Amino acid sequence: MTVGKAIKHESAIQHVTGSAVYVDDRVKIEGMLTCWPVLAKYARAKVISINTKPALAMDGVLTVITAKDIEGKNNTGAIVSDEVLLAETNISYANQAVAWVVAENEDIARKAARKVELELKELKPILTIKDAIKQKSYHGEPQKMARGKAKQALKNAENTMTNEFEMSGQDHFYLETHASWVIPDNEGNYTVYSSTQHPSETQSTVAHVLGIASNRVVCISPRMGGGFGGKESQANPFAAIAALAASKTGRAARVRLNRELDMKLTGKRHPLLAKYKLGFSNTGKIEALDINLYSDAGWSTDLSHAIMQRSLFHIDNSYFIPNISITGYACKTNKTSQTAFRGFGGPQSIVIIENIIDDIARTLDIAADKIRETNFYKEGQETHYGQVLNDVRLEKVWKLAKANSNFSRRKAAIKKFNAANKYKKRGLAITPLKFGISFTFTILNQAGAFILIYTDASIQLNHGGTEMGQGLHTKMLQVAASSLGVSYERFRLMPTATDKVPNTSATAASSGSDLNGQAVKAACETLKSRLANVAANMLELNAPEDLSFENDFVSAKNNPKNKVSFNDVVARAYFEQVSLSATGYYRTPNIYFDNESGKGVPFYYFSYAAAVSEVEIDAFTGMFKLRQVDIVHDVGKSLNPHIDKGQIEGGFVQGLGWLTMEDFIWADNGHVATFAPSTYKIPTIAEIPEHFEIELLEKSPQAGVIYGSKAIGEPPFMIAISVREALKDAIASFSDKNQTVNLALPATPEATLAAIEKVKAIDEIKTS
Amino acid sequence: MLNYYMQKQAISFELNGKKETVDNVSATTTVLEYLRSSGKTGTKEGCGDGDCGACTIALINEDIDGNKSYQAMNSCLMPIAAIDGKQVFTVEGIANKTLHPVQQAMVDSGGSQCGYCTPGFIMSMFAGHYSDQLSDESIEGNLCRCTGYVAIRKAAKTITKAKSNDKFAKKLKTKPKANKSIELALKGHRYFSPISLNDVFIYQAKYKNAVLIAGATDLGLDLSNKRRDFPVLISLENVAELKQINESSESLEIGAAISLSQIEHKLAGRFDVLDTMLKFFAARQIKNRATIGGNIGTASPIGDLLPVFLALDAAVNLQNANQKRAVLLAEYFTGYRQTKKEADEVIISVTIPKKEAGLKRLSHSYKIAKRGTDDISIVAASFVIDLNKENKITHARLAYGGVAAIPIRAIAAEKYLLNKSWSKKTILKAKEILLNEFTPLDDLRASASYRNSIVANLFEKFFVEVKL
Repeated sequence: MTVGKAIKHESAIQHVTGSAVYVDDRVKIEGMLTCWPVLAKYARAKVISINTKPALAMDGVLTVITAKDIEGKNNTGAIVSDEVLLAETNISYANQAVAWVVAENEDIARKAARKVELELKELKPILTIKDAIKQKSYHGEPQKMARGKAKQALKNAENTMTNEFEMSGQDHFYLETHASWVIPDNEGNYTVYSSTQHPSETQSTVAHVLGIASNRVVCISPRMGGGFGGKESQANPFAAIAALAASKTGRAARVRLNRELDMKLTGKRHPLLAKYKLGFSNTGKIEALDINLYSDAGWSTDLSHAIMQRSLFHIDNSYFIPNISITGYACKTNKTSQTAFRGFGGPQSIVIIENIIDDIARTLDIAADKIRETNFYKEGQETHYGQVLNDVRLEKVWKLAKANSNFSRRKAAIKKFNAANKYKKRGLAITPLKFGISFTFTILNQAGAFILIYTDASIQLNHGGTEMGQGLHTKMLQVAASSLGVSYERFRLMPTATDKVPNTSATAASSGSDLNGQAVKAACETLKSRLANVAANMLELNAPEDLSFENDFVSAKNNPKNKVSFNDVVARAYFEQVSLSATGYYRTPNIYFDNESGKGVPFYYFSYAAAVSEVEIDAFTGMFKLRQVDIVHDVGKSLNPHIDKGQIEGGFVQGLGWLTMEDFIWADNGHVATFAPSTYKIPTIAEIPEHFEIELLEKSPQAGVIYGSKAIGEPPFMIAISVREALKDAIASFSDKNQTVNLALPATPEATLAAIEKVKAIDEIKTS
Repeated sequence: MLNYYMQKQAISFELNGKKETVDNVSATTTVLEYLRSSGKTGTKEGCGDGDCGACTIALINEDIDGNKSYQAMNSCLMPIAAIDGKQVFTVEGIANKTLHPVQQAMVDSGGSQCGYCTPGFIMSMFAGHYSDQLSDESIEGNLCRCTGYVAIRKAAKTITKAKSNDKFAKKLKTKPKANKSIELALKGHRYFSPISLNDVFIYQAKYKNAVLIAGATDLGLDLSNKRRDFPVLISLENVAELKQINESSESLEIGAAISLSQIEHKLAGRFDVLDTMLKFFAARQIKNRATIGGNIGTASPIGDLLPVFLALDAAVNLQNANQKRAVLLAEYFTGYRQTKKEADEVIISVTIPKKEAGLKRLSHSYKIAKRGTDDISIVAASFVIDLNKENKITHARLAYGGVAAIPIRAIAAEKYLLNKSWSKKTILKAKEILLNEFTPLDDLRASASYRNSIVANLFEKFFVEVKL
C-alpha cells in the first residue's frame, strides 16, 4: 500500500530541475498579448472621465479595456455581487483598476497604462475599523452565536475584565504572483490557464463576464507557486481580464501581476478588532465572555462573512465557555478586499482567547498552562454552537507535547536564567489547538474524480482539487494506487481542469484530501468492480468479490497463486467491451448548520495539536530569538508523514511571521505602504531554531475519513501562537509583580520593547 | 588615450556550458528577463527586488587575487551586459543524467512544496557547495513561504563537500582570461566595461549622461521593477585600480569595486565593526555584487557600511581625470543623498587609519530591523572606544545610520565620553545625551521614539556585552 508511506512530492524532481511549469512558464503562444492595469490613485472617488486615446495611439497597443467592453456582468463577486471588475462610477480602494491596456508586450502595456488619462473626484475614505464602526459601514448584517446567559454570568463572576485587542492583517506572499493566460479558439470558446485554487469559480466568472455559457470555458490550474487562500477567490478577476482581452482581440492574452501589483491589488488576511468583557472564577475557570469582533473586510464582501463565521466558531479554541455571546461585523472600508488566508478567521479568534487565558493566569498568579488545562473541553461536552465533541484528543497531544519538550524542567531553568540575567529574558509557553474540519457552508463539502485507464494499463488521474504545494496530488496518487492495488508510477496526475471534473469546490478549508480522496477512491471502486468481473472470468472463478487487487495483480483471495496481471485484465476488458474510465463522487455525510439559530454540526471532525515554544528577548532592542519548538500534531493515520510534517513546519512558520514580523501597513491615504519584500518581511531561515521537533500522534485513525487520515493544511498555522505567548512570558519576567502583558500583533522589536517598558513602568508604580 | 578595447554589437556568454550570443535586447535588459523570454523559465521572478532569491543564478567569478569561484546572484537586478564573457549557470543546467547532489538532497529532504522558490535555493546551494560554505547563511537570501525552511536546512546539512574531479569543480581550475576594455552597443544602448581608471574618465567625458555602476544592486531596482531606461552605463567592475587592497603601517586602503563578499572574506578578523556589520549587511546574493563604492556612492542614510567607516575615521578617495583627493567620511555627506563628490569624480577607495599602539580597543556594530537578517535597518550603529591603561576613554566614535538625513556620528556623546572612565556611570550619562542627540523620523520601519531609544540602548548593550 502506498498510502501511509513517506513518498516524495510528485513534482519534487521537476521543482529542483526547474522543469515544473507554472502558468506563466508555459511555452509561449505566438502573438500572445499582455495586459497591464490603469490604477486609481485615490482610495475613494467618483470617476469623472477616462480618456484612453493617448494610450491607443501608441504603437503596439491593441486596445484598452474599460467597463464598456464588458458584454456580460461587470462583477466578479464570489458570493455577493458587489465586486465591480472595472470601475465605472466609483473608486472603492486605492489602486483599483479602471482599465487594462492590452499590448504586444509588457513594456508597451506599462508605458501605455501611464498615458491613460483618469479624471477623479476624491472623496473621504473609510480606512480604519474604528472609523467603519463609527459610520456603521458594514458588509451585510452582523452574525451572532450564543449560549447560556453571558450578561448575567458576567455580573456573578468573581473576576471580570474589559478589554480590546486589535491585530494586523497579513499578505499571502505566495512566491508565484497571480497569473492567467486565456487562449481563444475563434469559435467562441476559451481555454483559461489560471493560478487558481478554484478553477470552477474562475470558469464561471470568466463565462459571466464574457456573457457566455460556462460550457464554452475550460479552466485549467496547472500547479500554483503557493496559494494559502490568496487564490481561492482572487484569481477570478485577473482571468476575466485576460478573457476580455482575448475576446476583444481574438488573440491569446495574459495577465501576470508583478509583486508590487499583487500586493497592492489583492486581499489580505483580515485585520481584526475585538472588544470584550470576560468573567472568570478565582480558580481561573472562564465563566462568561461577551465579545464583539470587527474585521476589516475591505471594499467588497468576497468571503468575509464565511471568514467571520469561522472566527465565531473558533473563539473557544479548546476551552469550554459556559456563557458566551459573540457578534461579528465585517467592516466595509476603502481597502483591498480581504480574503481567505490559511485558518480563514480561525487564527484571529484563537489568538484572542489565548491572550485572554494568559491575562487570567497573570491576574490570578496561576501558571498559564494550568489555566488552559482547567478550561479544556471534556469528552462529550458541547461547543457554543451545539456540536457535541467526541474523540477529543486534547489531553493526548497536550501531555505528549509537555513530555517531549521537558516543559516543567525547562520552566524552572528559565526562571533561574531570568533571575540571573537583567538584559536577556527567556519565556516558555504551550498552546493547544482544536480546529473544525469542513467547509462551514455545508453544500461545498462535495468532490469529484475521473480516472481513465488506457489499454496499455497506464492511467490518468483527475480530481477536483488543485495543487499549490501542499502535496494533494501526491496524496491522491497514493489513494488511487492503494485503492486499485497498482504501482504509483502507472499514473499520470492530470492538471486540474473543469472539463474533467465539473462544479468543484475550492481547494480550501484543509479539505482537499478528505473530499477528493474519497471521490478518487469511489472512482477506483467502480473500476475495480468492472475489472473484477473480467478478472474472475480469466481466473475461472464464479464470484468477483473474492478477488484481491494488489501489487499490480488481481488474485483469488483464497488462492493467491491464482492470479492475473493488472495489465492483462485491462487488455482483456477492452476486448470484452468494458468501460475503462469512471467518475467518483463524494459528499460529507451528517453535517449541517442553521444560520438562524447559530446551531448545528458544521464540522465533520476536529484536528488537535499542541506546541511548546521558547524565546529569548534582548532588553535593549526588543528583538527576540526563537530558541526551540516542539509540536505534537494529530493527523489521524497520516496518508504521508513526509508531506504532513512539511505542512506543519510551513504552517507554523507562516503563523510565526504573522504574529511577530509581518507588519502590513496602509498609509494614511489608503495606499498599501508595504508593497515589496524590502518593507514587508516574511521569515527567513535565520528565524528558524535548530531544535524544531514534530511528533505525529500515533495509532489515531479518524473514523469515516479517507484511510483514517485527518486534515493538515490550516491547523499548524495556529499553534505558532505559542511563540507569541512565550514572548509575553518573557516580557512579564521583566517585572517581579504579577501583571498582564499588553503586546501588539505583530510583535515587532518596537512593539516588544514598548511592552517591556510598560511592564517595567507598572512595576515602578507598584513599588513606589 | 584608451587602452586596447573591443567593440561589440552583441553580448556573448556561456549559459550552462553552451555559448550564447545575444544581439536583440538592450544592454539594460535584466538577465532574468532575458532567460525567461528566451524560454528558460526555470529561473523565477518572485519579487524583482533582489529580496526573495527566486531568480538566483550562479556565475563563475574571479576574486581580486585571480581565484575563481561560483557566486550566487540575483538575476533580476543584473543588466545582461554584466554577464558578457561570463560562465553562467541556471537550475536547468546542473543535472547531468542524474540530479546534482544539491538537487538530490532537496528531493530527499522534502525541501520543495510549491516549488516556485526551489530553483533559487538550488542555485544558492550549488554556489555554496563549491565554496565549502554551505550553511544557513548561503540561503538567507532565499525566501520560501511553504516549507518553514526546516527541510531545506536538513538538505543543506546532508550535502557533502564537492569532489575535486566534479565537472563543475574542474571549471574553476581553468586559467583566467586577459581582461580587455569592452564597449557594447546594443539596440541604442551603450555599456562600457573599461579595465583602467583612465578609460573611465575618457568615457565619462564623452558621454555626459553616463551613469556609473559596479554591482548595480541599487540601479538594478530601477531596471527591474521600474523599467527605467539608462542609455549609457559605465561599469566599474573590471577597473584594476578599484580592485586592490593596499596596506601600510598607518592605514589600510580598500578598493571601491571589491565585492562585499570578498571584503568579508579577505579582511575577516581585522575590524570587528566591519565583521559584525557585514554579517547582517544583506543576503549572500547581494554581497556578491554590492561594493563599498556603491554603498558610499548611493549615500543613503541607511547604508549599513557608512556607520562602520564613520566609526573607523575612514576617508573616501576621489579621483577625476586631473587629480586625486581624500575627503574624511565624517565630512563627506552634506545632506540627504548629497555628498562632496563632484560629477566627474569617481570613488576609488576607502582608507582606514590604524589604531594607535598601546591602547585597548573595544568595537562592535549593531543592526536593528524588523527581521534579524536581510532587512533594511531601523537603526545601524558602529562603536569604537579606545582605552588607556587607566581605563580612561582616549578615543570615542559612536556612528549611526537611520537616525538622520545622513549617516552621522553622535558628536555630543563622543565629546562627553573623552577622558571619562569606562564605567556604568559614564554609560548611563552618555545614554541621556544620546536620547536627545538626533531627531529621527517616523517611517514604515519604526517610530522616531523607538529610534531614539535604540540609539541610547545600543550603546549600553555595547558596554554590557563587549568584554574588555
